[in-house]
Amino acid sequence: MKNSTYAACVVASAFMFATPVLADATAEGIAKYREALAEGNPAELWEMRGEELWKEARGPKKATLEKCDLGQGPGVVKGVFVTLPRHFADTGRVQDLESRLLTCMETLQGIPADEVAKTPFGKGEQKNIEALVAWISAESRGMKFNLPMAHPEEKRMYEIGKRAFNYRGGTHDFGCVTCHGEDGKRIRLQDLPNLTKGPDAARGFGSWPAYRVSSGELWSMQRRLNDCFRQQRFPYPMYGSDVTVALSSYLGVTANGTVESIAPAIKR
Amino acid sequence: MNIRIRQGAVALAVLATVAGCAGTGASRVSSADYDKDAAAVMAASFREQGIVKTDRLTQDEVMVACSKFGHSLDDDLRERFQAAALAEVKWPSDGKYIGDWKEGEKIAQSGRGLTWTDKPDAANGGNCYNCHRITKKEISYGTIGPSLYQYGKVHGSTEATQKYVWAKIWNPNAYSACTNMPRFGTHGILDEKQIRHIVALLLDPKSPVNAE
Repeated sequence: MKNSTYAACVVASAFMFATPVLADATAEGIAKYREALAEGNPAELWEMRGEELWKEARGPKKATLEKCDLGQGPGVVKGVFVTLPRHFADTGRVQDLESRLLTCMETLQGIPADEVAKTPFGKGEQKNIEALVAWISAESRGMKFNLPMAHPEEKRMYEIGKRAFNYRGGTHDFGCVTCHGEDGKRIRLQDLPNLTKGPDAARGFGSWPAYRVSSGELWSMQRRLNDCFRQQRFPYPMYGSDVTVALSSYLGVTANGTVESIAPAIKR
Repeated sequence: MNIRIRQGAVALAVLATVAGCAGTGASRVSSADYDKDAAAVMAASFREQGIVKTDRLTQDEVMVACSKFGHSLDDDLRERFQAAALAEVKWPSDGKYIGDWKEGEKIAQSGRGLTWTDKPDAANGGNCYNCHRITKKEISYGTIGPSLYQYGKVHGSTEATQKYVWAKIWNPNAYSACTNMPRFGTHGILDEKQIRHIVALLLDPKSPVNAE
């Protein structure tokens, strides 16, 4: 059952991304991409590690994450990914999956959230976050986004995210909206989702975390947003900062009820 | 008949009540409040990295308006922004608009410069192919901007066209306020020499844009 769903997702990914990838990437990239498709999405390796990490006693408190509340009660992982970001009463904040994991790691395991947030992507505890988000997102594969909007803070973060999305600045006058505000556009040969509309927002937002063939890495949503801001010529968004959570709220709410999440997807 | 009217009246009453509630709710947190919150979040969420300082977030009047209204500015603002943009275009110091199209092609291909992973002394690219079709040979082009293939062939290389293209690259708001295109000259992304090369790429009859 799991394998057949998984195979369907790989095939779906191939349809969605084959054209831009084949024409855009280097020969080496194409070879790696084909290899990846032949063998399935390597994100599965991160998923397996993530499931182990969830149950592993770690940190100064030698505790597991099994009591972590991702919004549906302590320990519930199935289906939570498509409801985040959401408001959490214990922190009084709207949190995305990654900022919520920092809270759980700190309170349950005693791993300082500040230090994890400062760790560069792909290193140390950030590698563990990659594995965790791969597994947790996979547990919502095939589900539609259903972010709650009842709490005033959720509404507020959505509204802030919408404004951040349209915020044009920097040397190039770019904003998220420059590339992701219209239907059917491309950068070079890369198709750009129109993130202001439901189905595209679900396809864009619902693909991350994703395995990136070009770098052989698994990128979380935080890392994806970070690289968007880099290319916009903006300064560096701090890990788990409000702008990143607000953008995810805006994208997630826009995606609500449209197409199914395929995260962790496979990308160029 | 009577029943239908009564149902209609009830439905209207319900609608009025709902609208009344929605009105009260909306006035509690206004759009201006969210604007203020968004500004605070933008200011608190970023740090400097490499060559990029947080002053990149500072918006001028054009950025503020374009963020708020997108491409649908009102006519007064549009005219004012376009006139101001045209007035501040710095024309070539030697009066020459056309450089070397081969250099222009290199600049059009390059997407480098001004990100936090770029070096301070590296030459900036124009990123042109990211958004425009330009030569026939380069099939890896974006579609955010219009095709510029055969631009010179269609428009000619008169002084008026040369000036138009120069100003469009220097500050594209001169002709289209809140365009997606960066203000290459105004913001110092490209220098005079580089802009001359790009004008050549588009207008020189020998450039592959027009010759192929």
